[in-house]
Amino acid sequence: MTTDIAPVLADAQDRTTPSRPAERRFGRALRPGAGRQHHAGPLAYVLLGFAALVSLFPLYWTMVAASTDNTRVTQTPPPFLPGPNLFKNLGKAWTDAAMGQAMLNSLIVAGVIALSTVFFATLAGFAFAKLRFKGRNILLMLVIGTMMVPPQLGVVPLFMMMADLGWGQKLPSVIFPTLVSAVGVFFMRQYLKEALPDELIEAGRIDGAHSLRIFWSIVLPIARPPMAVLFMITFVQAWNDFFWPFIALDMTNPTIPVALSQLSAGYVRDQSVIMAGALLGTLPLLAMFIVFGRQIVGGIMQGAVKG
Amino acid sequence: MATSTPAAPTGGQPHPASAGPPGKGGAGGGSSRQSRRTLIHRLDLGAMPYGFIAPFFLIFGAFGLYPLLYTFWISLHRVELSTMHTREWRGLANFTDLLQDDLFWNALANTFTIGVISTVPQLLMALGLAHLLNYRLRGSVFFRVAALAPYATSIGAAALVFTMLFERDFGMVNWALGLVGVDSIDWSSEKWPAQFAISTIVIWRWTGYNALLYLASMQAIPRDLYEAAAIDGASRWQQFRTVTIPGISATIIFTIVLSTIGATQLFGEPLIFGQGPNGVSGGADNQYQTLGLLLYEEGWKNYQMGRASAIAWAMFLILILVFVLQRVIGRVTSRKS
Repeated sequence: MTTDIAPVLADAQDRTTPSRPAERRFGRALRPGAGRQHHAGPLAYVLLGFAALVSLFPLYWTMVAASTDNTRVTQTPPPFLPGPNLFKNLGKAWTDAAMGQAMLNSLIVAGVIALSTVFFATLAGFAFAKLRFKGRNILLMLVIGTMMVPPQLGVVPLFMMMADLGWGQKLPSVIFPTLVSAVGVFFMRQYLKEALPDELIEAGRIDGAHSLRIFWSIVLPIARPPMAVLFMITFVQAWNDFFWPFIALDMTNPTIPVALSQLSAGYVRDQSVIMAGALLGTLPLLAMFIVFGRQIVGGIMQGAVKG
Repeated sequence: MATSTPAAPTGGQPHPASAGPPGKGGAGGGSSRQSRRTLIHRLDLGAMPYGFIAPFFLIFGAFGLYPLLYTFWISLHRVELSTMHTREWRGLANFTDLLQDDLFWNALANTFTIGVISTVPQLLMALGLAHLLNYRLRGSVFFRVAALAPYATSIGAAALVFTMLFERDFGMVNWALGLVGVDSIDWSSEKWPAQFAISTIVIWRWTGYNALLYLASMQAIPRDLYEAAAIDGASRWQQFRTVTIPGISATIIFTIVLSTIGATQLFGEPLIFGQGPNGVSGGADNQYQTLGLLLYEEGWKNYQMGRASAIAWAMFLILILVFVLQRVIGRVTSRKS
């Protein structure tokens, strides 16, 4: 959802303050208690523990419900511990609700969108951060301005366009409109502006490298950390995107969120199977979170550091 | 995909070859090669930046800007989904129809109430959570990742789980309420409980995300401000109010703006919560139909693309109105204090 532009915009706000490059590096924001040094008392731990419980419980319970059967999950008191049917239900959700197809589609959609967003954002972000050209500031303002436009505004003509292009119900109709992101451009610009020394580019020019070569040999290696963060954030967002895919695709060829919406609409009656579907839709991202959680958190915080 | 990018340098190269500038003193081969190189160099400096930003603007123009403007044109017509290319001019009739449509006002009111009861608690809780996370903590990474985990859950999965938790007969919420002696609540068919349940999904998914934004911005507040406040005898709470809140005010404003945009567009949560045919109409009595759902219903259930476009523009105009109001209120209150 659009809420994701928050860090970038918060950042945009305060570009006049002198920056402290050391603090802008990715991951730095993770340093515990960087701002205030008060130690947390027992009450803080209790409250935080409660917050973590509230955050994680629905995810845990999805797993519990997905591992029981329909009669058990609809009894009171509800089950709190996993049952024996997890794999049976997962298999059923996989076949009954087209989850296999949906997962493949989501992987393609989110993968392509994340790759292309990262590539084009780095390209444009580099130009906006380090190259001089006429109209740079106006064009950058234009990029920022596009973040404020709600996606709903374009869906009707977009739907017609996709039908005309012969992409109705097909993956390109979901992929193409999201191939670039203004947030990404701005995010990369902010990073490269500070992390990429002008001297390095000049040295490259003196050695006779043209811009594309400089981009390839100097910018890309330096921009790797923010590119990774942008990739993950874009992937999560594209994987979870609902409104447009729901309109553009149908049940024969859904992405995960579209398939999940059908689960609720009586496509499958068995509650445990429905929860198994929800679990399947969440698992890949959850796995990514367990592996890269620290980096994703750092990336989201990174954007907002100067707000 | 990347065609437009490499196209720029290669497209530029024939130029210096044909234009091989003879007017530059007419020196030997060496210097002409050099001037050719400077020309390539100049073209590289002059044109390449545009090549770098072109993909963004081309794709955005085709799939973002163009549909957006086209929406307005469609909103002035009668267009049916089945015959999308036959248009009948209606002028502003789609808009005036909306103003007389009870469903529109109902959806507008629901969008507003769900927006308020999901955004206000969400941001307040995020502020509290950020404050806690800002302490020196053991296991701070765990708490941060845990707080952000709901953000990684798709709307579909989140809405499905909460729909079950809020189920009338066997849902865990009613069971827990039963333990403390509260009668079962019919979360889906009564208006306020339904709106509350839908807001819960939104709050659950976004609180941690906002908390991390606040936390990042809290960590940028210089420590000496707290020390100065402490020397002046300010309590922890007073420090929070007089140092922390003003210090992150810019971030707070932006989370308000973005939550507002999100709230205006609310779609998936009520749709899935509605389970089945009632989903799009937002419950049997439209008790939680949002503007997003109404847009979809008009366009893809009633086949009236013109009306759907008018709703899209109405949403946009309302958004602008909210921002203007926010600015005015912000200015008035900041002048007072």
